[in-house]
Amino acid sequence: MTAFGAPAPARPAVRVEGLFKSFGELEVLRGIDLAVAEHEVVCLIGASGSGKSTLLRCINLLEPVDAGRVVIGDEEITAPGVKVDAIRRRIGIVFQAFNLFPHMRVTENITLGPRKVLHTPAAEADRQAVELLERFGLADKRAEYPDRLSGGQQQRVAIIRALAMQPDVLLLDEVTSALDPELVAEVLDVIRGLAQGGMTMIIATHEMGFARDIATRVCFLDGGRIIEEGPPDRMFRAPEEERTQQFLQRIIRAGRLEL
Amino acid sequence: MRGGGGPPELGDMSRLPRYPGRGGGRRRSDRRALLVALVSSIAIFGLVGWLIVTSPGWNLVQQSFFNPKYIGTSWPRQVAAIAVNVQLFLIAEACILPLALFIAVLRSLPGPVFFPVRAMAVIYTDFFRGVPSVLVIFILGFGIPALGIDWLPIDPFFWGVVTLILVYSAYVSEVYRAGIESVHPSQAAAARSLGLTYLQAMRYVVIPQAVRRVIPPLLNDFIGLQKDTAFVSFIGVIEVFRQAQIDESASFNFTPYLVTAALFLVLTVPLIHVTDWLVARDRRRQVAGGTA
Repeated sequence: MTAFGAPAPARPAVRVEGLFKSFGELEVLRGIDLAVAEHEVVCLIGASGSGKSTLLRCINLLEPVDAGRVVIGDEEITAPGVKVDAIRRRIGIVFQAFNLFPHMRVTENITLGPRKVLHTPAAEADRQAVELLERFGLADKRAEYPDRLSGGQQQRVAIIRALAMQPDVLLLDEVTSALDPELVAEVLDVIRGLAQGGMTMIIATHEMGFARDIATRVCFLDGGRIIEEGPPDRMFRAPEEERTQQFLQRIIRAGRLEL
Repeated sequence: MRGGGGPPELGDMSRLPRYPGRGGGRRRSDRRALLVALVSSIAIFGLVGWLIVTSPGWNLVQQSFFNPKYIGTSWPRQVAAIAVNVQLFLIAEACILPLALFIAVLRSLPGPVFFPVRAMAVIYTDFFRGVPSVLVIFILGFGIPALGIDWLPIDPFFWGVVTLILVYSAYVSEVYRAGIESVHPSQAAAARSLGLTYLQAMRYVVIPQAVRRVIPPLLNDFIGLQKDTAFVSFIGVIEVFRQAQIDESASFNFTPYLVTAALFLVLTVPLIHVTDWLVARDRRRQVAGGTA
């Protein structure tokens, strides 16, 4: 690859090349190529099982990849001998099921990474956590345990926990799918705010309206491949691939997208 | 039944059935339930006691097992001797809890590099769970001092503690392992995604949750450990069971053993009920719908 030296409009924050991943017999990713520039917001859409989540989990090596490369900034993290833990701190991920630590208070959830990985002094980490909580309207919840929070609040805390590591890239894995409908908006608003602030994000989502609003680019996945990608306006109004059209028609029929 | 410290059947009063009454009627029906329980208990226990005491041969049984004379002579000696058991299980438990956790963590280490470590942990737990404790205590307590290696201790108390630690660490490490495996992998994934190492994720995220979940079975093993301190008598430590044997052989009366039993019950029964209470509390919390 010669892309490193070439001048580009924006430095690629994430590059995925020829990524393959199987679970046993099941081929989940079958040759994914994706480049995400800094400050870009890429939404991955597609049916359940199309490989969106697996792709995200491969990008921060929560799943080992079978073949292909993942490059973060200018570092290939799939190369042998790479310190995975050091890489992961630069990639935030937020999960569908929040995965907050139930035995820790909100602040402790947020400061664990900074304290143990970045070696931020406890007082400083606390200060940063409170600052983030204030920014996202959760300051009064700082001493609560996760099970005392609503799903939307938990997911916002999970986003803050990822942000506290000051990641270069944020991966969001269907972060609203486990939420009651009335709690979805508060989480989407947070993500919208992050996009406006220039955070580089890769978002797997079923919220088509949201993807259309927020994405700089939409990728449609099917059968472990990116079938089609483009600006949201074109992707939702005039998709070229037949499978994309079929997928969107099903979504529209289900009342999940208005054109 | 006469004699020291009977079994605590009446300790279960708090678990009497509660009738969901309406308004002020509820307290009255509570009180009536208590009264009924009291009367029926007195009747039943009275009847059982009367049947035992009036049955033929009771005199002989009483002379041999519940003899007030031997209770009087034996119990001060036994109370002194059970202090040895308390030392045994306190020292042993203080070593077992960290050692067993260490073994459980070794057994959980992922990847092919750690295969021999995992294998060693499996062999260890298999061996000590599979071999009778008595055998271990004989081998260590008699065998090692017989080697005559002068830097090794020959104190039977020492080898008794070592045996208890080795045997019980095997059981307790399995309890920890079950706890570690019960923590959903997504918790470890969330910790690793922040950049924590495998051991940091274990230390700060997985193990704290695992230990909380296995406190009741840990207490169960602790109760077992308390009772198994009696094994240490086999290699010549004068603890409470050995003291009872000494007292028994002096009089050919079995009352000292019943005193020993009562003393063990005093140690174990409170812990048994704490364990039951914790299990019941956890179950209530699960029903109430706790998370993860």
